[in-house]
Amino acid sequence: MKKRIAGSLLTTLLTPLAAHADWEVNMTQGVTDLSKEVYGLHMAAFWICVAIGVVVFGAMIWSIIYHRKDRGVKPATFHESTTIEILWTIVPVIILISLAIPAAQALVKIEDSSNADMTIKVTGYQWKWQYEYPEEDINFFSNLAQSSRDAATDPTIDPASVDNYLLEVDNPVVIPVGKKVRFLFTSNDVIHAWWVPDLAVKKDAIPGFVNDMWAQVNTPGTYRGQCTELCGKDHGFMPITLIAKEQADYDAWVAEKQAAAKKEKEMQTVTMTKDELIVRGKKVYTTNCIACHGATGAGVPGVFPAMTGSPIVLGPVEPHIDILLNGRSGTAMQAFGKQLSDLDIAAVITYTRNSLGNDVGTVVQAADVAAQR
Amino acid sequence: MNAQAVDHADHDDHHHGPAKGWMRWLTTTNHKDIGTLYLWFSLAMFFVGGAMALVIRAELFQPGLQLVAPGFFNQMTTMHALVMIFLALMPAFVGLANWLLPMMIGAPDMALPRMNNWSFWILPFASAMLLATLFVDGGAPAGGWTMYPPLVLQTGAAFPMLIFAVHLLGISSIMGSINIIATIMNMRAPGMTYMKMPLFVWTWFITAYLLIATMPVLAGAVTMLLTDKYFATSFFSAAGGGDPVMFQHIFWFFGHPEVYILILPAFGIVSQIIPTFARKPLFGYSSMVYATASIAFLSFIVWAHHMFTVGLPVEAELFFMFATMLIAVPTGVKVFNWVSTMWQGAMTFETPMLFAIGFVIMFTIGGFSGLMLALTPVDFQYHDTYFVVAHFHYVLVPGAIFSVMAAAYYWIPKWTGNMYDEKLGRFHFWMSTIFVNILFFPQHFVGLAGMPRRIPDYAVQFADFNAISTIGAFGFGLSQLLFAYIMIKTAIGGKKATSEVWEGAEGLEWTLSSPPPYHSFSTQPIIK
Repeated sequence: MKKRIAGSLLTTLLTPLAAHADWEVNMTQGVTDLSKEVYGLHMAAFWICVAIGVVVFGAMIWSIIYHRKDRGVKPATFHESTTIEILWTIVPVIILISLAIPAAQALVKIEDSSNADMTIKVTGYQWKWQYEYPEEDINFFSNLAQSSRDAATDPTIDPASVDNYLLEVDNPVVIPVGKKVRFLFTSNDVIHAWWVPDLAVKKDAIPGFVNDMWAQVNTPGTYRGQCTELCGKDHGFMPITLIAKEQADYDAWVAEKQAAAKKEKEMQTVTMTKDELIVRGKKVYTTNCIACHGATGAGVPGVFPAMTGSPIVLGPVEPHIDILLNGRSGTAMQAFGKQLSDLDIAAVITYTRNSLGNDVGTVVQAADVAAQR
Repeated sequence: MNAQAVDHADHDDHHHGPAKGWMRWLTTTNHKDIGTLYLWFSLAMFFVGGAMALVIRAELFQPGLQLVAPGFFNQMTTMHALVMIFLALMPAFVGLANWLLPMMIGAPDMALPRMNNWSFWILPFASAMLLATLFVDGGAPAGGWTMYPPLVLQTGAAFPMLIFAVHLLGISSIMGSINIIATIMNMRAPGMTYMKMPLFVWTWFITAYLLIATMPVLAGAVTMLLTDKYFATSFFSAAGGGDPVMFQHIFWFFGHPEVYILILPAFGIVSQIIPTFARKPLFGYSSMVYATASIAFLSFIVWAHHMFTVGLPVEAELFFMFATMLIAVPTGVKVFNWVSTMWQGAMTFETPMLFAIGFVIMFTIGGFSGLMLALTPVDFQYHDTYFVVAHFHYVLVPGAIFSVMAAAYYWIPKWTGNMYDEKLGRFHFWMSTIFVNILFFPQHFVGLAGMPRRIPDYAVQFADFNAISTIGAFGFGLSQLLFAYIMIKTAIGGKKATSEVWEGAEGLEWTLSSPPPYHSFSTQPIIK
């Protein structure tokens, strides 16, 4: 690790133009026993291909150099040999079997997620991940970090100046090291795929299905990945940040998460001022709504409706709460009732009604939302 | 031949010659005219699809979103694939089949000329419908050419247009295939047994069966999508008791044979060209035929290797891994045969041979990454990354597309009676080869380093290779303007070609004049 930092520092100093660039050309070895086994298989297959390539391309190049008409050669007339045909059918079969056996063994190990120490349920949404720890009663959403979102669209921000551009989230998923962690994957809308290369775990998250995969990480650290199944407009903007912690640190993180959840629950009964709601609502809007409805509330004509001047936003408050709670079937509008707290829904409604070019004046409280659930 | 007979022949030619003006092209039932239409059409669509690829590469030149919005980016990746597969490559191969099959088997024309006219003329309308989606509410389809539900069901007004365009393109392909099979079975010259047919005829014969077997499957799949969206069925909706993964099984049951539909005719072309310029008969003719048939058979039992990450049972993953690895065997046989054909030949390197050699080398590189992708546990790392993008572009661009270019250079002197400009042809080859590798080779690296495919923006560590790739893309794209220029120039005029054209060429098409008569063989040749 130290060597790599020194190396990249050297590159940064020597080539200012390629400041944060990386010339990584190969697969990561990863941080689990299985990821290392997969890397070994990858390299074995690669070297077998190189060896075959040397023989085949070597023969071709030899022939291109020596068997050309301008050297005055007379073409040979041979055009078949059953012995040779059999030989070059059998030899590849043997090579393939020698690859297939270790690959099959690795596959059987990867697919055996029994006897896991703990389980995390991962749900894909357009365009974020939800992580649930059923045993610890922890449940949160993980969105692309705001710094990356800004840099992607604002031409004045250089993506290279953002730490972990497009690979950073607001709430990372955390696991303990040395434990066999079983991940369950499903989706709320379209098909997504959860991939963290260092764990060699990639699995589709499919609505109506629950897939599983497991990992046992040996080294503490932060590991990053992305959604790898095309899931719509912001497919490139729903990364995964996974932190593997020592058991004690992990336990502290669990306690902290549980405490925060308790505090959030208490907040649901408080009545807030209009300004407080707008401040909170702006944050909720930026994280959850901006992808479709836009930073200024303009939407995308023909695809995603505008917030500015929307009849629902300007109209009575009940249908507005209803569409947020239950979504609108057949469109990309999700049922946020499952994702956001009453307070967050109240705040974002108050925000859209009093901002983004709207000035309705309505204040919606968490209790109003709770009444309509 | 006496004078009277000559008169009669002249009269016949006049009577059956092409109609005058543009009506000739609309009403033609002649295999050469239809072949020409297919080839120019596919060239035009190659540039349309290429322009879309350049939009993609331009956006990916640097990290950050500069040129297009993510939604439009997805429309470009989806449309690029659909246009290149259905409107450029497949019509190019059908065009070659139309031009060449009757001449290669000693027939006057295709067996079903009127259907031939129809199967071409459906294409421009289907294509217009597909391309028009770019201008409707919500834009073009953006869910990927694989059309996976539930995502594809979020498509706007483009959705029914996409479905019906796919239906029409499928009908066109099926009609073309029926025609090809009928022609090959019924119109071979006396003495041309199946095992004497040129390999291009063989590979198309097998390809036509693949098309007839798989196109209806695709039609079924997209029809179910249509009813899911508009008629409240739930074939692929879990909420209604359906199964989104079932679509992927059905799609890839079509999709994998489709991959071979795009490459088997290429194998045939290369097997025609290499013996000519090596001045040595093709090595292992019968093993080539058996290998082609084996690949076609295997293509039906490997579909799930496109979906190793959907959560298949481990037994199914093992089966599809082993079956997929097996494809390397007949494919290897083909490559070994081509190399053995060159071995101890007396080679010259005119443009068609350069493209054929480029094909063998770069297709094999694509084959190597294909073998690596077959290994299920490792595929979990490769799947849906740029490594896959590099893999299938190596087999489709310097693979399938290079074979079409090789064919165009090889046969255009026969088609037009004019020689193309050899110097320019070779220049085009070297430009294409250099840039195609600058374009696609770095994609292996970013894929392995973790860059997913179909994303409009990426983490900064992938920036340098993406910039290189984009430079390669524009170089490759511009080089193809040269190809269009050479082809148009040759079609208009040039040094006259002989009947044989190439010193070492074997086959019935070289016994006809250059350009050949309107009805290729009015008297059947006899094959000994």
